[in-house]
Amino acid sequence: MTTTTSIVTAAGRKRWSSGARGVAISLIVPVVILVAWWFASEGSTSPFFPPLRTILSTFAETWLSDRVLSDIVPSLVRMIAGFAIAAVVGVVLGALLGRLRLAASALNPILQFGRALPATALIPVAIVLFGIGDTPKIVLIAFVSCFPILLNTIDGVRNIDPVLEDVMGSFRLTRLQRFRWVQLHAASPQVIAGMRVALSLAFVVMVATEMLGSTNGVGYVTLLAQQGFQIPLMWSGLILLGLLGLIVNGLFVLVERGLLRWYTQGQED
Amino acid sequence: MLTVEHLQKTYNVGGKPLEVLRDISFTVDEGEFVTVVGPSGAGKTTLLRCMAGLLPRSGGTVMLTRTGKVVDAPPPEIACVFQDYSRSLMPWYKVGRNVGLPLRNTISDKAERQRAVDDALRSVGLEGFADSYPWQLSGGMQQRVAIARAIAYRPEFLIMDEPFASVDAQTRADLEDLILRVRQIAGVTVVLVTHDIDEAVYLADRVVVVSGRPTVVMDVIDIDLPRPRSQVTTKGLPRFGELRTQVATLISRASAEPAARA
Repeated sequence: MTTTTSIVTAAGRKRWSSGARGVAISLIVPVVILVAWWFASEGSTSPFFPPLRTILSTFAETWLSDRVLSDIVPSLVRMIAGFAIAAVVGVVLGALLGRLRLAASALNPILQFGRALPATALIPVAIVLFGIGDTPKIVLIAFVSCFPILLNTIDGVRNIDPVLEDVMGSFRLTRLQRFRWVQLHAASPQVIAGMRVALSLAFVVMVATEMLGSTNGVGYVTLLAQQGFQIPLMWSGLILLGLLGLIVNGLFVLVERGLLRWYTQGQED
Repeated sequence: MLTVEHLQKTYNVGGKPLEVLRDISFTVDEGEFVTVVGPSGAGKTTLLRCMAGLLPRSGGTVMLTRTGKVVDAPPPEIACVFQDYSRSLMPWYKVGRNVGLPLRNTISDKAERQRAVDDALRSVGLEGFADSYPWQLSGGMQQRVAIARAIAYRPEFLIMDEPFASVDAQTRADLEDLILRVRQIAGVTVVLVTHDIDEAVYLADRVVVVSGRPTVVMDVIDIDLPRPRSQVTTKGLPRFGELRTQVATLISRASAEPAARA
């Protein structure tokens, strides 16, 4: 018992210290860029490259006020709703198709075609089909981000270790038990990798859908700022989108670490 | 009793037949410890998978004599321990859950199931590890979890495929003695496949020596060594050396003249 716990804590300590150092190192470049930007743009009179000071004060005025509720929240809600639908549909359909090889082969051309469609080309189609409210945006986010989850789930459910197949067989597990206890877990590293790709797609599609036929959202405000020649606002929208992307991805990594602890730690030994 | 009669297995590899098992017959009596030993590349794993009902046979029968049941699918009377413990356990579940899952279909009472898990873990010396994950344990301990899982299932027959092949020598010796103890406690009949001649002789009541591919039984040798066995004394007996030589001679003949049999 002592050896086990000491192994675990040692690994934990190693990860933590390299994590803290890693964070410090990874902060150097952004800080340098910000400082350089600040001083280089200080006193700039170009309308296209306003001083960082102006951009940041616009940022504080715009995005840390009622725009949180009127634009940031609607954007995120649409993205999360679309992603959630994609995750459920992708995992359920993927798990089914992973077990039904014939159905998977039959549907494969359609899946490949759907995956290859560029998301931006689908925006006009979505508007024609679903109007200009939240629905076309959520549907499009769900549609586009569904594919990486679906395809990875099919692959993950299919490639179960033959030794585990023998274990399930010799202990006479039922189909449902095999699925719930083994296949779903064994596929989870691949499923989650698919979700990660899907999440960045969802983010891109969220912004893109707000730039065409929209009345609110971070993407909408950013595009409007450019068209209205409010250049500091445009820059601040860009910074906000970057920060939102970082936060969303960071939260996902935290969830991923919790879910895949057995996988990452098992690989270390 | 378990009877293997004229067992044959031919795979179809890219349209061409590949004969792995040509003619395998032997019996395993109740309470017996039988080891199957042969040169590497003999269809030993194929043989075990056929016996466990995991692989369809091409010919012959495997029968559980007491019930007259022919093994066509994995029967509840047989539990398996596989060679690669790191792949046969479920790393996403804790040790206790790994051992307990197969029991969901055999023991309906939850408390009784828990007791079976605890008993099995105790018999392999892993009490207190139910809440660890397999990957937190050493290789030898992981294989003990796999043994506990098989024992908790309360099988009549325990079928083991080179279970100690991927651990170091000292751990291997410990696990050999562990399996001898455990089969006493659990009262199971054991069939164990190995390519290690010492291991085959040390553990067994009888050794089934098989040839290289296409595999036939070369001889079945009674091991008249006293029990309980001990790594030091048993392996020091002159009789152990004689039996070892006897098995080794058969195997070297098997690998030397495959053409003569074909």
